[in-house]
Amino acid sequence: MKLTEQQIKDSPDARGHFGAYGGRFVSETLIDSLEHLESEYRRLREDPDFLARFNSDLADYVGRPTPLYHADRLSSELGGASIWLKREDLCHTGAHKVNNTIGQALLAKFLGKPRVIAETGAGQHGVATATVAARLGLKCKIYMGAEDVRRQAVNVYRMKLLGAEVEAVEGGTRTLKDAMNEALRDWVTNVDDTFYIIGTVAGPHPYPMMVRDFQSVIGRETRQQCLEKNGALPDALVACVGGGSNAIGLFHPFLGDESVAMYGVEAGGYGIESGQHAAPLSAGRPGVLHGNRTYLMEDEYGQISGTHSVSAGLDYPGVGPEHSWLKDIGRVNYVSVTDDEAMDGFRRLTAVEGIMPALETAHAIAWAIKLAPQMRPDQSIVINLSGRGDKDMDTVARMDNIEVEGR
Amino acid sequence: MSRIEQRLTALGEQRRKGLIPYITAGDPNTGETLRIMHSLVASGADLIELGVPFSDPMADGPVIQRACERALANGCTSRDVLEVVRRFRETDTETPVVLMGYLNPVEAMGYEAFAENAAQAGVDGVLMVDLPPEEAGEVVPWFRAQGLDLIFLISPTTSDERIRRMGEHSSGYVYYVSLKGVTGSASIDAGAVEERVAHIRELTELPVGVGFGIRDAETAGAIGRVSDAIIVGSVIVDCIGRHPEGGDSLHQALKSLVKPLRDSLDTP
Repeated sequence: MKLTEQQIKDSPDARGHFGAYGGRFVSETLIDSLEHLESEYRRLREDPDFLARFNSDLADYVGRPTPLYHADRLSSELGGASIWLKREDLCHTGAHKVNNTIGQALLAKFLGKPRVIAETGAGQHGVATATVAARLGLKCKIYMGAEDVRRQAVNVYRMKLLGAEVEAVEGGTRTLKDAMNEALRDWVTNVDDTFYIIGTVAGPHPYPMMVRDFQSVIGRETRQQCLEKNGALPDALVACVGGGSNAIGLFHPFLGDESVAMYGVEAGGYGIESGQHAAPLSAGRPGVLHGNRTYLMEDEYGQISGTHSVSAGLDYPGVGPEHSWLKDIGRVNYVSVTDDEAMDGFRRLTAVEGIMPALETAHAIAWAIKLAPQMRPDQSIVINLSGRGDKDMDTVARMDNIEVEGR
Repeated sequence: MSRIEQRLTALGEQRRKGLIPYITAGDPNTGETLRIMHSLVASGADLIELGVPFSDPMADGPVIQRACERALANGCTSRDVLEVVRRFRETDTETPVVLMGYLNPVEAMGYEAFAENAAQAGVDGVLMVDLPPEEAGEVVPWFRAQGLDLIFLISPTTSDERIRRMGEHSSGYVYYVSLKGVTGSASIDAGAVEERVAHIRELTELPVGVGFGIRDAETAGAIGRVSDAIIVGSVIVDCIGRHPEGGDSLHQALKSLVKPLRDSLDTP
C-alpha cells in the first residue's frame, strides 16, 4: 500500500496513536511527566542549539555517517540481488542503540534531570545508556533481567566499568519485559529527578515517536548513500525486529517510496509452530503492555506469555506500535526466522565477509539469505547491520560446546 | 444509586470513614479468597477491592507482584475472579466489590463481554491502573450500560483540568494515590494529603479514597480524618502471603490486622 506524506506526518497523531496502536496506557503518576516530556521534546526538536549538539555528537562521538558496505562475496554466492550492509555495528559501543541514547541523554540534560535509568535485554542499550551517562556526568541505573545478566555477562561488566549500577531483575520471566516493569516502577517513584531512557520504539507516547526520530538517521543516510553509490533507491530493506528501533530507523525515511519493499524479521525461536518464539507480529494479537497498545504474545486470558529467542535483544513479547500499524496496513512484511537459521546467518556472514553480526542482526541476515536468490542481480537489498557480535561470543561458544578460555 | 454510592453516602451521613481493603484474587487460591472477603467484612471492611492478577503488574510493588505470581501459578483467570464475586454475592448482597487490575486481561475478554459478565457476577466498579481517562473513551459506554462504576486514580501531579475530566467519566469514588511510587511504598505525609484532598474536593463531587502507603492504624486514622475512605493493600496481601496454608491462622492474623484499622477510623 502507498502511504501519503500526510499519513506519514500524522503518525502518530496528537495523542500518540499509530492507527489503532500506541497511546499512553500508564498509571496516573506518570501522565504529567509524559505530557511535559512530549511538549519539551516537540520544542527541542526544532531548537537549533539542541539539533546542533545532537548532530555533532552523532558525527564526532558516535562516528556517523556509518558506511554502506557492498557485501560482494555474499551477493555472488547467493546469486541474486546485490546485498548492502548499513554498518551500524561500527557505531561507538557497537550497535545502533547509541543514536537514541545520545538524543535522550541530551534531553535529560536540557530538562535538568541528574539521573537516568534504562532497561536492557542484550545489554547493548544498557551499555549505550551508561556510556552517554558517563560522558554527561549523569547518575545511571540499568535494569536487566537476571536471565539476561547471565547470558550477557560481558556487557554487564562494561556497564559497571562505565559507572552504572546494574540491577538484576528476578521477577516474572527474568528477561527484558521484567526489566521494563522494574524501570517503570523506579521512574514512578523517582519521577522528579529521573529521566527514563527507553531503548526501543515502544512504551507510552511520546517514546515511540521520539526514539523513531532519533533512529531515523539510519534510513536518511542509507537513502542518500544508495542514491550516491547506485543512483537508485534500494529494492528491499531488511532489519530484525524485537522492539523494532533499528528497523523503524531504517524503514521510516522510505515509507513513502512505494518501490521499496520492507521486511521486518522477528525471532522465530524454535519455530512459530513450537510456540516458543518472540514473534508477536507473526503469531500474536493486539493488547496493551508497557504503556502502549500493540501486538503482543499473550494467552487467551490476556496474561503475557514467556518468550524464547537465542538472542536476548529480541526476547520480548511486544513490539513498537508503529510496526503494528505498518503490519495492519500492509506496508511492511513481517516474517520470522528460527534460532538455527539465525545461527547459520551469523556463521555465513562471519565466514564470507569477515563481519561478525550480533545474534539479533543475524536474524536479518538469515532472511536476506532467503530473499536475495529470489530477486534479480540488478536489484539491491539493504540489511541493517544493527550490531556487532562480540557480546555473543559466550553464547555462540556454548553452542559449539567450547569453553572460552579465562572465563 | 449504585451499591458503591449507597454505601459511601450512608457512611457520610453517619460521619464515618470507609475502610477499603485490597486483596489479590486467587492468592493463595480462589476458595480462600472467598473466605477472606467475608472475614474482611466481618472485621469492618465497607467495600472490597479485588485484584485481578496480571503477569506484568508495573504499578505494583514487590508484595502485590508476588501475590499476582502466586495467583497465576495457581491458574487463576479473570473468569475465576468473577466466579469468586458471584459466590460472594450468594451471601453478601450489600458490600460493594471493585475489581482492580490492568487493562489487558479486560481487553482479552472483550469490553462488552467483560462488563456484562462482571455486572452479572455482582461486581460494582472497575479500576484499571493503566487506563487513563484519555484512553477510556471506548470502554466507558460498555461499563455504563451495565451500571458499573469506573474509578480513576488521581496522583499528586494530576492537573486540575484532568481531575475535572475524570469527573465526567468516573462514578463511585476517586482513588487518590497518596505518593509517587508503587503500591506498598514507604510512608505518607498526612499534612500533604489533607491539602491535596481538600483541593480535589473543589474539583469533583465524588467521595475521595486515599491509598498507597497506609500500613498501620495510626496512619489509617490520620488519613481517615482528611478523606472519605482509606484503601489498604500491601500489608494485607503481605499477611496473606505469610499464611499460604490459609485457614484459621490466616483469618486470625487478618482480623488482628484489620480490626485496629477499623477502630482507628472510628475514633474521632
